[in-house]
Amino acid sequence: MNAQLLTARQLGLVSCHDCRLLIEAQQVHAHPHCPRCGAHLHLRKPNSLARTWALVWAALICLVPANLLPMTITTALGTKQADTIMSGVIYFMQSGSWEVATVIFVASIFVPCAKLLILIYLLLSVRFRSAWRPRDRTVLYRLTELVGRWSMVDIYVVTILVALVRLGAIAAIEAGPAAVYFAAVVVITMFAAESFDPRLIWDVVEEDV
Amino acid sequence: MNSHSTSRHRHPQHRLPERAEPADAAACASGHRTEPFLVACPNCDLLHRLAPQGDATLLCFRCGAVLYRDKPNSIERGLALTLTALVLFVLSNCFPFLAMKSGGLVQETILLTGIRELWNEGMQGLAFLVLLTCVLVPLAQMLGLLYILAPLYGNRPPARHAGRVFRLVQEVAPWGMMEVFLIGVLVALVKLGHMATIVPGVSVFSFAVLIFVMAAAYSSLDPPLLWDRLDLRR
Repeated sequence: MNAQLLTARQLGLVSCHDCRLLIEAQQVHAHPHCPRCGAHLHLRKPNSLARTWALVWAALICLVPANLLPMTITTALGTKQADTIMSGVIYFMQSGSWEVATVIFVASIFVPCAKLLILIYLLLSVRFRSAWRPRDRTVLYRLTELVGRWSMVDIYVVTILVALVRLGAIAAIEAGPAAVYFAAVVVITMFAAESFDPRLIWDVVEEDV
Repeated sequence: MNSHSTSRHRHPQHRLPERAEPADAAACASGHRTEPFLVACPNCDLLHRLAPQGDATLLCFRCGAVLYRDKPNSIERGLALTLTALVLFVLSNCFPFLAMKSGGLVQETILLTGIRELWNEGMQGLAFLVLLTCVLVPLAQMLGLLYILAPLYGNRPPARHAGRVFRLVQEVAPWGMMEVFLIGVLVALVKLGHMATIVPGVSVFSFAVLIFVMAAAYSSLDPPLLWDRLDLRR
């Protein structure tokens, strides 16, 4: 590694998470708040790996009922029909609107799974002090931060359906129990991505050189 | 370094920041925008001495994170767009959102109807999450930005606790999901299109415009400049 490449940590500086002011580490020990914006200061996000692992496990557990239980329960002229996330995707594919099937599949199944897999990979790569392509791993992290919110689409679809289809005995749509678990997956993975500190990827690379 | 040349090749409009030197450590406290300032990459902690010039976007030398983007007239633009967004927000919440016609029956809804129905079904947590992400967080962002930007427009001193308000606005930003909600509306329209006629209300259109105005307002902000003006130490 080039001697000119210096990190804030190597120079004894702490970067404020909120306003990016650089503060000397000794000052931070005495007073752990940013003098410019008042945010709590830390060299790295506290307990980043343990917190992220805990949240990843919680999300994995919620992912099971989210996919197995019904997302919506449709009542039409006395007959009840329960739809899971996947049966909704299949319904759209069969009725010919494959664009919508793709949107739901990507947002509700692919993105949450991919996001969890990426986080697990990043956690393991830091744990085993991988030095392999840190730049690409940082890009993967930025990706998980960016796409997580789009998984909420299915929750909003349910909200709108529940609002619109309220015709009593003729037709009504209710939210199923999976909606709660699925919302939990989205929220928990957003917190998990936030609690992971990508600077750890670079720390282990620098320490091992 | 390899990544250096490839990223310059791929983004000719991006000028890469200078590398930091050890001697800069002493000068770190003065984070002024018009003169070169030191900043650590939020993704990999590498120090850079940034010298903003023209309309260049400055990327991290090592991991490619965006470190600085030029934002001309950020306070005027931000304020104008925030005010527009507030007007659209009021429209979106007052007028009919969607109506469903099916065999002589008409079911009209506003933006909040779905949230109320989820609440009545016993899914209070879910109802609150939708309310938070589609109504409360965007509203808090707009009011917060108004509170911060209004005094700065016309060079008055910043409002009390404006720094804390801006921190809050930045922290809640990922939880504002109006654009995701709009995709949800489109999916629901296709789903119900087979069995009923859906009539979009005024609110749907103002909501769609609101998303773009809100995104423009947020991206017109210049955080380094704002932090300079909102400094708690003054």
